[in-house]
Amino acid sequence: MARYVMTVDLRRCIGCQTCTAACRHANATPPGVQWRKVLDIESGEYPDVRRSFVPVGCMHCADPPCMHVCPSTATYQRADGLVGIDYDICIGCGYCAVACPYQARYIVHRREYAYGDRPTAQEEARFDPQRMSVAMKCTFCSDRVDLAKEKGLTPGVDPEVTPACVNSCIAGVLAFGDREDPNSNVSQLLAENQFFRMHEELGTDPGMYYIFDKK
Amino acid sequence: MKTNVNPGQVTPWHQTNWDWRAAGNFIGGGTGTGLLFFATLAAGNADAYRIMALVALAFVGAGLTCVWLEIGKPFRAINVFFHPQTSWMTREGMVAVPLFACGLAAVWFGGGIFVGMAALLGIVFLYCQGRILQASKGIPAWREPKIVPLILATGFVEGAGLAAVLTALLPGSGPRWLAGVLLGALILRRIAWTLYFRAVDKSGLPKKAMAVLRPFGAKFDMLGQLLPEITLVMGIFYGAVLPGLTFAAGLVAAATGWWLKYTIVARAAYNQGYALPVLPVRGQGEVRPGVKPGWTK
Repeated sequence: MARYVMTVDLRRCIGCQTCTAACRHANATPPGVQWRKVLDIESGEYPDVRRSFVPVGCMHCADPPCMHVCPSTATYQRADGLVGIDYDICIGCGYCAVACPYQARYIVHRREYAYGDRPTAQEEARFDPQRMSVAMKCTFCSDRVDLAKEKGLTPGVDPEVTPACVNSCIAGVLAFGDREDPNSNVSQLLAENQFFRMHEELGTDPGMYYIFDKK
Repeated sequence: MKTNVNPGQVTPWHQTNWDWRAAGNFIGGGTGTGLLFFATLAAGNADAYRIMALVALAFVGAGLTCVWLEIGKPFRAINVFFHPQTSWMTREGMVAVPLFACGLAAVWFGGGIFVGMAALLGIVFLYCQGRILQASKGIPAWREPKIVPLILATGFVEGAGLAAVLTALLPGSGPRWLAGVLLGALILRRIAWTLYFRAVDKSGLPKKAMAVLRPFGAKFDMLGQLLPEITLVMGIFYGAVLPGLTFAAGLVAAATGWWLKYTIVARAAYNQGYALPVLPVRGQGEVRPGVKPGWTK
């Protein structure tokens, strides 16, 4: 069975936030809610200063604490590793949000707009009342991934069935694919490079791999 | 409620999903179940038990109402029972049902098997509350395993403290040994708090969470522990002359338990933030040691 993961080549990221914008466009998230965001981390002291750009979001953990704590079973894990939320069951208790060590979950209780107190035409057209007062997060664009079988395409290779953030990345930072397939793009990248996963010590077995150097 | 959004923030920030209402659940649940347990032992007669048990159930009910007021979809609350396999919140809910059933039956009959069952279910409910916090992996001040004995110990202190207050108010004086039991519970809470604080200090916390817990701990040691402990010792020796000492110690012990829970649940609830175990190679640079912004360690 496939295990879809994302790789992030930290050597390449320039912090342009195109992935953030693409995600917001694809998923119509409200103002301030960024399922895919890019951190800008400055570290060190002059003259030895580093600046790192780090895309983050839901890590689609293999052992997701959000799913374990969810009292309603709204948070579920698919056979391909993607972690999703059933908005019809979620009670909006926020337990998943405090259980997630990646701050990947959002609960929005009232409509907010990007410009003033009235929605733009786009915001009105894309408003989804199902997502009010329930938990939401990055889905790895599971709706696209689901099309792969039907269309005979490969997630991570064919843009039509690849997450929007990966498609949009101008620097080739993000890659998506099947970790279980040794010939997939992500398996190849991980075989050739050194990587880490964030907060791995917490035992969540996260599905985002950060590449930091060649082997 | 504000949306829990902090675009671009790297250091841990205060989570906004659980606020005073969540703290209210832990306060009400701990006090109510603790009182239910001590009512079984300390009530002088059936009527006194009935009053104490009703107060206890009211505390648990108020706590659960706080949670109900906090959830985004309150009319779907029944869904909370769907996941007993792994969710301690479901388990808490599932224990609450027989807890209220047995508690109300115990009140109705004023004795019998339901009294013991209600007390036992109360302890299980309290344990679930401790595990709810421990399972919150995103909040370092909560996920420390030693929070479970701390929640249990402070629940017993709050229950014993309130039992001391109520037995003093109800007709027929409370048992003299209650002061000794409350003192024992306070000593247990002192040990549990010390072990919890040492553990989070050793493993590291978000600096802002530690900035809440460290000064709190100094005040709590004095007001929440030493003050009622000394008062109780005086009560044990001079109780005949100063009968209000156990009452006062009970009140302080319960109130400072609520203060402890409010501090941990509502004030020290800073999230994990982000960290890099190593800094990536960029340009001609080399891999460098990582960063964990906003942490004590």
